[in-house]
Amino acid sequence: MYPIVLLSVLGIVTLFIGFSKSKNILLPAVLLFLAVALAGNFFEWNKGPLLYFYDMFRVDNLTLAFNGIILISAFMIVAISGGFQDNAEAEPAEYYSLMLFSLVGAIMMVGFEHLIMLFIGVEILSVAMYVLTGSNKRNLRSNEAALKYFLMGAFATGIMLFGMTLLYGATGSFNLSAIQAYVSTTQQAVPSYLLYAGLLLLMIGMLFKVSAAPFHFWTPDVYEGAPTIFTTFMSTIVKTAGFAALYRLLSHSFTGIYDFWWLVVAIIAILTLMVGNIGATTQNSFKRMMAYSGISHAGYLLIALTALSKPSQNAIVFYSLAYSLSTIAAFGILMLVSKQRTFEGQPDERYDAFNGLAKENPFLAFVLTVAMLSLAGIPLTAGFWGKFMVFSSAAERGIIWIPAIAVLMSTVGIYYYFRVIIASYLKEGDVAKIRVAPFYQFVLVLATILTILFGLAPGLLEELF
Amino acid sequence: MLTLLLILLPLVAGVITLLVGANLAKQVALVGALAELGLAIFVWSQFDPAAGVQFGFKYNWLASAGISFAAGVDGISLVLVLLTAFLTPLIVLSTFSHTYKNSAAFYSLILFMSAALVGVFMATDAFVFYLFFEAALIPVYFLAAVWGGENRLKVTLKFFIYTMFGSLFMLVALIYLYYQTPGTHTSEITAFYNLQLSAKSQGFVFWAFFVAFAIKMPLFPFHTWQPDTYTESPTPATMLLSGIMLKMGVYGLIRLLLPIVPLGLESWGMLAVILSVIGIIYGSIIAIQQHDMKRLIAYSSFAHVGLMAAGVFAASANGLQGAIIQMLAHGINVVGLFFVIDIILSRTKTRSLDQLGGITQVAPQLSVYFLIILLGSVALPLTNGFVGEFLLLSSVFAFNSWLGAIAGLTIILGSVYMLRLFQMSMFGPKSKWVEGFQDLTFNEKAVLLPLVVMVLWIGIYPNTFLSISEPAVNQLLQLVAK
Repeated sequence: MYPIVLLSVLGIVTLFIGFSKSKNILLPAVLLFLAVALAGNFFEWNKGPLLYFYDMFRVDNLTLAFNGIILISAFMIVAISGGFQDNAEAEPAEYYSLMLFSLVGAIMMVGFEHLIMLFIGVEILSVAMYVLTGSNKRNLRSNEAALKYFLMGAFATGIMLFGMTLLYGATGSFNLSAIQAYVSTTQQAVPSYLLYAGLLLLMIGMLFKVSAAPFHFWTPDVYEGAPTIFTTFMSTIVKTAGFAALYRLLSHSFTGIYDFWWLVVAIIAILTLMVGNIGATTQNSFKRMMAYSGISHAGYLLIALTALSKPSQNAIVFYSLAYSLSTIAAFGILMLVSKQRTFEGQPDERYDAFNGLAKENPFLAFVLTVAMLSLAGIPLTAGFWGKFMVFSSAAERGIIWIPAIAVLMSTVGIYYYFRVIIASYLKEGDVAKIRVAPFYQFVLVLATILTILFGLAPGLLEELF
Repeated sequence: MLTLLLILLPLVAGVITLLVGANLAKQVALVGALAELGLAIFVWSQFDPAAGVQFGFKYNWLASAGISFAAGVDGISLVLVLLTAFLTPLIVLSTFSHTYKNSAAFYSLILFMSAALVGVFMATDAFVFYLFFEAALIPVYFLAAVWGGENRLKVTLKFFIYTMFGSLFMLVALIYLYYQTPGTHTSEITAFYNLQLSAKSQGFVFWAFFVAFAIKMPLFPFHTWQPDTYTESPTPATMLLSGIMLKMGVYGLIRLLLPIVPLGLESWGMLAVILSVIGIIYGSIIAIQQHDMKRLIAYSSFAHVGLMAAGVFAASANGLQGAIIQMLAHGINVVGLFFVIDIILSRTKTRSLDQLGGITQVAPQLSVYFLIILLGSVALPLTNGFVGEFLLLSSVFAFNSWLGAIAGLTIILGSVYMLRLFQMSMFGPKSKWVEGFQDLTFNEKAVLLPLVVMVLWIGIYPNTFLSISEPAVNQLLQLVAK
């Protein structure tokens, strides 16, 4: 609960800092704010479950863990944004305050106990993201991306709201526990099709936000068009919050009708895996590939959601963390490299931009390699254990065919992740020595160390629960 | 504790190699590899074949899930650990006349590889086995992709994706088995031995394992990555791949496939043996037609591993013992053969049999070493290949006499391609490519001599090594028969 209050207030403070002449205090101030929010978050560790705002918001260790991932990701993303000092047209204070506000939305999605809270959270997060996607005002692609995201996002939100209304119609409440009570008693006796329809519509809206197929069509264009720093934000924080919300929704309220929805989610998971992995193989742009890779990772997370067994919770938390760390590192390197080179008048975001990276920048190449290995799920990285736990959750439920298909798809994944490693180590190129600011370097080192650390000792995180 | 040390030593040596930089990398790597050999021999001296798994080490890794980092040595492991520890210093030493760019990275990758291989052979927890099985892939991928030949990028990517594809199926099978263990789930391999799975699910697990290990070895029809990868890789990587890494597949069959899914073996074993025998004949026939020496050895390796697999799938004491001693012999021979080819290549700049000839006249010492190792590979009595091939063929024959007869062709075909290799490169008129051919240097002899000694030792008194693994094999067979 503390992060919601803190971030709302500090977001406004950030706007005011923007009025001051000295631009240099903005970045440290925002980082400090995030650190405070992070500390405030864990203040309630092991105190839960607590309910706030007239039983609309729930705080338990799961909420706090997801908040932790979101806030750490945000901290790292803000740190590599470097105050937007290389862009004269940027409005850093507004960007940062929008980011802080959107975090409030994300945290509401993580801890909602009431569907209205979920809706508000989704809207706060999304509206801020629409604006940030289009923040590169003079860039056509950024504008296109923002418009596309907004139109489709608004539509998805509408569907979601419709789903909530139907759920209310069926159960008479927006409260998750009340819905759960209805599902496990009345629904069992007299099945209500209103409830089924409501659940499906609500899930469609949520699945749109986490870019699951077949609701993924906006993802590649929006990820590519948005400024890379906000692409990073979208692909880590929005996804983590979306999955936290889906998990809470399904595990809290709808376990009673598991037989109804599991196959739907399973099919969407398989479809998402196929679209993401196969789509990624044909890309020439690294950024677009990361968009498809984001889709494919949504597929893996959906497997854990399909199974909804004992290891699912750990799997989703661990996977989100591993995925966020690697994605931030990968985009972080992309931002450094694409700044150096242009291709057809745009920053070069193709695979070829990494050609010969290792020669002058062995550190950056190493960070990128670890990130790619982790995303590909190669052992001794955090990404491997994420996949392992996801597959375990399905095996615990006794569904073995889903991991079998997922395994095939992750083999495809190796192909496109290794193209990046091959480009940076084995291809000839002329990437000059890149200067990396200390903050930036810190984030890259942190992401790499955590990825390897969780790869060697996955139990570290597990013991927290 | 000793097992952990065996894994950590090459790892630490690898890191030190990386840190000391290019000038000292070779020497440090060699010292590290020799220290590992010393440690392995010490473990051997302390080892009691009859006592089962020894020197166990266990650390709770994912405590709540019952997954621990567990390693130990039994007779079957020890033979392969000894093989790895014996070959690694020789592989390092064999590179002394070359200068590789980024040599610190090059040698540290060899040592990392060696650590991962030792880890595979000693893992007593299924997931630890899987981790090392995969981890071994990364160093050798980089060795081949950075220091390899012209087509390396395409070839090595195919290799990586191919092998990863197989082992991911194994991962799914392992997770499935893990959830079948009663009570608090555990991933200890011995716990998997006692699962009473239905014949149907054993069939699925059988194929998941089969694909993983068949790709790694490789068996027909999963071999298409192998000749290209062996040819394009730098020689030390080829040695690691063929000398040791291939054995991970055979070891996996023995350690996991046979005892965990005996019913699966019952229903599908015949097909597996047939595929293996096809591989033997197919590999041999292609090997006979090769003109590139490295490719020839690659196909011969493919044929040999087919016989090992056939022996393992026959699941008799002779078959398993034969496979184990043949793994040892094949590792030694193939490293020797690739090294001789590397020597010839570095002096004549060609690997083509059409361009070579008459090397005996200029390099008599080389040809003697070459001949002994080659005869080992042909399985002449009193050389190391004979013992294994004899045991393996007898087991395949006992399994099915027709298949045994077909597999027996390997003896004839093997001598055809090997003697053709020797004849075309060593005898005949002196080709213009071998002008100024220098005989063996001291370093090269230092590599070949231990190999030749081992060829003869195993050929004359195989019991030294057969006795290590015998009790473990018998124990394993009781599980299969159960």
